[in-house]
Amino acid sequence: MLRVRGLTKTYRSGDKALDGVDLDVPRGQLMALIGPSGAGKSTLIRCVNRLVEPTAGEVMVDGSPVTGLGGGALRAARRRMGMIFQEYALVERLTVMENVLSGRLGYVGFWASWMRRYPQADVDEAFRLIERCGLGGMHDKRADQLSGGQRQRVGICRALIQNPALLLVDEPTASLDPKTSRQVMRLLVELCAERNLAAIVNIHDVALAQMFVQRIVGLRAGRIVFDGAPDALSTETLTSIYGEEDWNASRPTEEDEEDEAQARAIATRLAAEAR
Amino acid sequence: MSATTTGRRWRPPPFIANPWLRLALYGGVALYLALALGTLQVNWGRVAEGLVRGWAFVAAFGSPDFTSRWAEIQEGMIESLTMTVVSTVLGVALSLPVGLGAARNLAPLPVYLVCRFIIAASRSFPEIIVAILFVKMFGFGPLAGMVTLAFATIGFMAKLLAEDLEDIDEAQVEAIRAAGASWPQMMVYAVQPQVLPRFIGLSVYRLDINFRESAVIGIVGAGGIGATLNTSFDRYEFGTSAAILILIIAIVMAAEYASGIIRKRLQ
Amino acid sequence: MPTIPLPSGHLAWRRRTPRAVLLRWFGWLLGVLLVVQCWEIMNADTIWEFVYDAPTQAGDLLGRMWPPRWSVLEKLWWPLWDTLNMATLGTALGVVLGVPVAFLAARTTTPSLAIARPIALLVIVSSRSINSLIWALLLVTVMGPGVLAGIIAIALRSIGFIGKLLYEALEETDPKQIEAITATGASGAQRIAYGFVPQIMPTFAGISVYRWDINIRESTVLGLVGAGGIGLQLNASVSRLAWPEVTVMFVAILCTVAVSEWVSARVRAAII
Repeated sequence: MLRVRGLTKTYRSGDKALDGVDLDVPRGQLMALIGPSGAGKSTLIRCVNRLVEPTAGEVMVDGSPVTGLGGGALRAARRRMGMIFQEYALVERLTVMENVLSGRLGYVGFWASWMRRYPQADVDEAFRLIERCGLGGMHDKRADQLSGGQRQRVGICRALIQNPALLLVDEPTASLDPKTSRQVMRLLVELCAERNLAAIVNIHDVALAQMFVQRIVGLRAGRIVFDGAPDALSTETLTSIYGEEDWNASRPTEEDEEDEAQARAIATRLAAEAR
Repeated sequence: MSATTTGRRWRPPPFIANPWLRLALYGGVALYLALALGTLQVNWGRVAEGLVRGWAFVAAFGSPDFTSRWAEIQEGMIESLTMTVVSTVLGVALSLPVGLGAARNLAPLPVYLVCRFIIAASRSFPEIIVAILFVKMFGFGPLAGMVTLAFATIGFMAKLLAEDLEDIDEAQVEAIRAAGASWPQMMVYAVQPQVLPRFIGLSVYRLDINFRESAVIGIVGAGGIGATLNTSFDRYEFGTSAAILILIIAIVMAAEYASGIIRKRLQ
Repeated sequence: MPTIPLPSGHLAWRRRTPRAVLLRWFGWLLGVLLVVQCWEIMNADTIWEFVYDAPTQAGDLLGRMWPPRWSVLEKLWWPLWDTLNMATLGTALGVVLGVPVAFLAARTTTPSLAIARPIALLVIVSSRSINSLIWALLLVTVMGPGVLAGIIAIALRSIGFIGKLLYEALEETDPKQIEAITATGASGAQRIAYGFVPQIMPTFAGISVYRWDINIRESTVLGLVGAGGIGLQLNASVSRLAWPEVTVMFVAILCTVAVSEWVSARVRAAII
C-alpha cells in the first residue's frame, strides 16, 4: 500500500529530520510511530503527502509514486491520503458540515465549492460520517463551538470523506484528556477496520499506542530503530528510542502528563464556552 | 442507517438567521444602490475628454519633472517639513496634560470634562476645515498650518493617551503607593513606564500623519507643499505634480521605515 | 544598571552610565535645536501683526458666524446625499480594488515574492501616502469637477488602507488550518476560499466599515477642490464670506460625521 524508500529530509537550517527511512504499510494496518519530540515523526508523515518537500527518497501509494508529482497530479494523490491533525486544524469559522465537506475539495470544482453546491452523494456521505462519528445533529454548529473531542471527530470525518486509501494521523490525542483520547483512538481503529485503511499514527503516549495498534515503529533522530508488534516493545528498546530512563519508575510522571492534558482540555473547553 | 440520510439536502446556514430581516437588508442595499447610481450626475463627455489628460498624467510619472519648478518645490517641502516637526512637538507636548486630564481614573470630574471637550472639538472637524478658520485668524502661511496640525495632534494623542492611562495595571500603582510614594512619584514610577513606549511610538506615527496632512492644508493657504501642488495642477504641469507626489511618497516611505525601527527598539 | 565606586568605598547605584547620561543630554539638545531651527525657518515670512491680531479676528469671525442662517439647510440635502454616495460607492470600489492587492501583497498568498509582492506593496504605500483631497485635486483636473471624481478619489485612497490592514491579517492567519485544507488536495483558489477567507472575514468586515466611516468624514471636504458634496457649498459660502451659512454647514458636517461614527461603531460591535 504505502512504500517509502530512502526518505531523507534536511531542513534549510541544516537539521537532518529524516535519514534514509524505509517503510512499508500494508492495507488495513494501523501502525503507530513513536519517538521523542524532534525525532522526525511529524516530518515523516508530512513528507508522505508532501506538505513538506522531501530532500531525497521515494514515496509510493498503491504502486504509483507521490514524489516528483506536481500541480494537479499531486492534488489527485493527496485526495487518496486523509490527514488528521494534533490540534484538529478545523477551519474555526465554518460549520461542521462545511468542514467535513472540505474533504471533498480535491474532487469538486472551485465554483461548486465556493457556492457550497456539493454533489448530493457527497452530502449523503457527509451526513453518514457525522452520524457514524457520534456528531449527529451538529452539522450546522460552528467548529469553534465544539469541545476538543468533538472537533477531532470532525477532523476524522473530513479525512474519511476524501475516500482515502491511507490515513496520516499526527498526534491525534495530544490535545485531549485521557478518556477522550481512548474514545478517539477506538473510533480510528474501528473506522480503519471498516474501510480496510492503512494508517500511520504519530503518538507520544506509548501505553495508548500499545493498547490499540498492531504494529509500532520507533523513530530516533530520523532513523527507524524499532519495528515490531506492540508486545515486543521492551524496556531496552524504549531506552534505545527515548534514551536512558527508569521506565518502571516513570508511572507517576505519566500520570502527571495525563493530569496536565486533562487540565489543558478543560481550559480549552472553558475558553470555547466563554467565546 | 444510510437509508435514513440518503437524499437529505444541505444548505449552509444563512448569515442572518431571521428571513424577514435578511430580505429587508438585501432589499435596502439594492434600493440604495439603485438610487445612488441613478442620481449620479456624470458628464461622460467631459470624462472621456479627461481620459487623454489622465493618460498624460500617468505618462508624467514615467518622466517626472523635478527641475523646472525646483525652487518652488524646495520651498514647499521645507515649509511642510518644518511645519510637521514643530506641530508634532507642540501638539505632543500639549497633549500630555490634556490626556492626563481626560483619564477618568486620574483626574477629577471637572478637569475630565474640560479635557474631553478639547479632545472632541479637535477630533470632530476635518483638518482642512480647521485650517480654513486658522488661516482667517492668523493670515496665510505655515503658521496657520502648524497651529492646525498641532490642534489635530492634541486630539489624536490625548485620546489615545487617556485610553492607555485608563487601562493601566492598577496593581503596579498600588504597589508604588504602598511604598509611600507621592502623586508625582506614583506617576513617574508606576504610570509612566506602562504608557511611555506606546506613547512614543504613537508620536512617531503622528509625525508621519502630520507630514501627509501638511501636503493637503496648503490647498487652503496654510503653507506647505500643497500650495505648490495645487498650482502645478492648475497649470496642467503634470511633470511637476508627478515629481511632488513621488517626493511625498518617498518621504512617507522613509518615515514609515524609520518609525518601524524606532518602535521595534522600544519593545 | 551601573554601579559606581565612591571615594568612601560604598557603591553608588545610577540608572545610567555617565556616558549614557551625556549622550542623552546631547540628544535632547540636538532635538531642541532642530525644533527651534524649524520654527525660525517656518516663520521667516510670517507677518506677526496678523498673528497678534488673531484674537480680534477670531472674535470678529465668531460674531459674524452668529446667528446661523438655517434657511440654507434646504439647499444642503442634495449635497449631503452626494457626500454619502461618494463615501459609500468610493468605499465599495476601494474594497473591490483593494482586496486583490492585499492577496498579492501578503506573504502567505502572493503568487510571486519577487515581482507581485513588491508591486502590490508599492501600490499600497502610494495610495496611503496621498490624501484623498490630493487624489480629488488630481482627478478634478483630469476628468472635470463632479461626484465621479470624488468617488474615484475616495476609492484610490481606500485601496491602500484596506490593502494594508487586510494583507497584515492574511499574514497572521493560522497556518494549521491552511495546511489541513492543502492536505485534502484542494487547488490554490480553494485554499484561499476555505483556508484564508473564513479566517479574515471578521477583520475584513471591520476594516471596510471603519474605512467607510473615515470616508464619510473625508468626503465632506472633497468639494473644497470641486469634487462634489457638501464641501462644494462650503467653499462657495466661504468665498462669498457668507459666514452665517458656514455655521450651518459646520453643524451639518458635524452631524453627518457623528452619525457615521455611531453607525460604524454599532456595526463593528455587531460583527465582533
